[in-house]
Amino acid sequence: MPEQLLFAMEVTLNGLMAGVLYALVALGFVLIYKASGIFNFAQGVMALFAAMTLVGIMEGQVPFSHLINGVLGTDVHHFGWHVPGALAILLTVGVMVILAWAVQRFVFRHLVNQEPIILFMATIGLAYFLEGLSDLMWGSEIRTLNVGLPQGINETIDRVTYDLFGYGFFIDNLDIVASVIAALLVAALVAFSQYTKQGRAMRAVADDHQAALSVGISLNYIWVLVWSLAGFVALVAGIMWGTKSGVQFSLSLIALKALPVLMLGGFTSIPGAIVGGLIIGVGEKLFEFLLGSALGGATENWFAYVLALLFLLFRPQGLFGEKIIERV
Amino acid sequence: MLDASEGYTTADGRKIGGPVMEMKNITLRFGGVKAITDISFDIREGEIRAIIGPNGAGKSSMLNVISGFYVPQEGEVWFRGAKRAPMKPYEVARQGIARTFQNIALFEGMSVLDNVMTGRLTHMTSGIFAQAIWKGKAEAEETANREIAEKVIDFLEIQHIRKTPVARLPYGLKKRVELARALAAEPKLLLLDEPMAGMNVEEKEDMSRFILDVNDEFGTTIALIEHDMGVVMDLSDRVVVMDYGKKIGDGTPDEVRTNQDVIDAYLGVAHD
Repeated sequence: MPEQLLFAMEVTLNGLMAGVLYALVALGFVLIYKASGIFNFAQGVMALFAAMTLVGIMEGQVPFSHLINGVLGTDVHHFGWHVPGALAILLTVGVMVILAWAVQRFVFRHLVNQEPIILFMATIGLAYFLEGLSDLMWGSEIRTLNVGLPQGINETIDRVTYDLFGYGFFIDNLDIVASVIAALLVAALVAFSQYTKQGRAMRAVADDHQAALSVGISLNYIWVLVWSLAGFVALVAGIMWGTKSGVQFSLSLIALKALPVLMLGGFTSIPGAIVGGLIIGVGEKLFEFLLGSALGGATENWFAYVLALLFLLFRPQGLFGEKIIERV
Repeated sequence: MLDASEGYTTADGRKIGGPVMEMKNITLRFGGVKAITDISFDIREGEIRAIIGPNGAGKSSMLNVISGFYVPQEGEVWFRGAKRAPMKPYEVARQGIARTFQNIALFEGMSVLDNVMTGRLTHMTSGIFAQAIWKGKAEAEETANREIAEKVIDFLEIQHIRKTPVARLPYGLKKRVELARALAAEPKLLLLDEPMAGMNVEEKEDMSRFILDVNDEFGTTIALIEHDMGVVMDLSDRVVVMDYGKKIGDGTPDEVRTNQDVIDAYLGVAHD
């Protein structure tokens, strides 16, 4: 097999796995947007906050230690214990649920029936608030996150592909694990929304608020539920990206990568988020591989946005979004 | 006059029980506009009770008060012998009051079966963790509720569209699906907001038959709003007549028909 084709295959595989992570972030947006019509600008910061909290809990860091020390003149930083990864993840899920409740109780409950733009502005405020809260609770240094996920080149794939093609594929173990986990998470979310009572209620609320009320669904409860789920998705995304490149402010910028994914997939479609993520992941890697050097490199920085722009021009509802029909 | 504490027997021999719902001196305002002024009436167990009146009489507002979408400024709402505190629509639904809407509020993206199953939500009690792992109680509960949903679907003769997304159905069938969803809740009181609005004669006849059958078969107490006088008179046991937010008549269809105020309201005598 020609070497160029082998390269392309390897690049495609890597692209698919990056795409799964994009899809994961986009999924958090879709969950909230479907159920409440809120475009949650804070989704990326939620991932940062979740990852920060996870690291903080694992390392036994005292939350708000700078604040406490500053006010009381003490010098506490750590509890002196280490929490195992699995338990720390559970605790972080708990924190994200509390956050979801607080967001609903103190922000969006007061904004029911407001214009979408106002809800959107509120999420921008929420993003800045969370960013500050994250700094205040856990500090702003770059942290490493290790919950025991395997990292480094997968030697089996390297060896097998070398034996087959005479060229070993470089695939990171973390990418494989991340893809598998993301795929499982998506499957679980779909099953949850299709086959459980809460899932049915979630879909009902996404469809029609008034009708949902009339069959005894509490909108508040469902909104807390979807914000919790979005928080959980953010945590998973935060773990993957945090393990890969450290937990730091730039983690919150992955939300920006999710925007083109949403343009492609549509804001209201879970399958759309997945397919959109994969297309962008593969597209940007292949584009860089094929045309990158001709265009001066670093095309990955803008490829997704240009693709999204093209979609906005020719198919604004995305691949799977609800059709926009103008009635006259 | 009827005695409030005891029931009565209808012309066709059905036994009607004591009051399920009592509205006492209800007044509802929107800013300075009075939508309902000091109205009292009751709905008895097992009866079909109609609220009629010309457009803008306040019928829908009254239904929205009963189902908790509006909270009246004055008056008391009594349900099954207890005074009801102001509550949210979903809490009212959980008490056993199901409703349909004038402009159909279905879950358009979901299948007919899923829509009807949402009607069962108030009867499903297993927690979110049981639901998430989908074992034991959650599974048994789903099966039991599914059976009831299927029974309602059979009863309203919509088996053939069970799996069809609601968005694809014609208007008349949507109305029927909405009735099915309300009925699936096995409500103690069923509220129908203009169940026949926008239907042709044949669809109206079907809907009338279903309403009578539901009342007959399950003994469901039904309160309905309609401005088509003919339909109401045939269907209902007792009728409340509203005009300009006030009650102008209350009684059996025959009593109401001969009430001078009602005749004036419908024929459009000038108000002084």
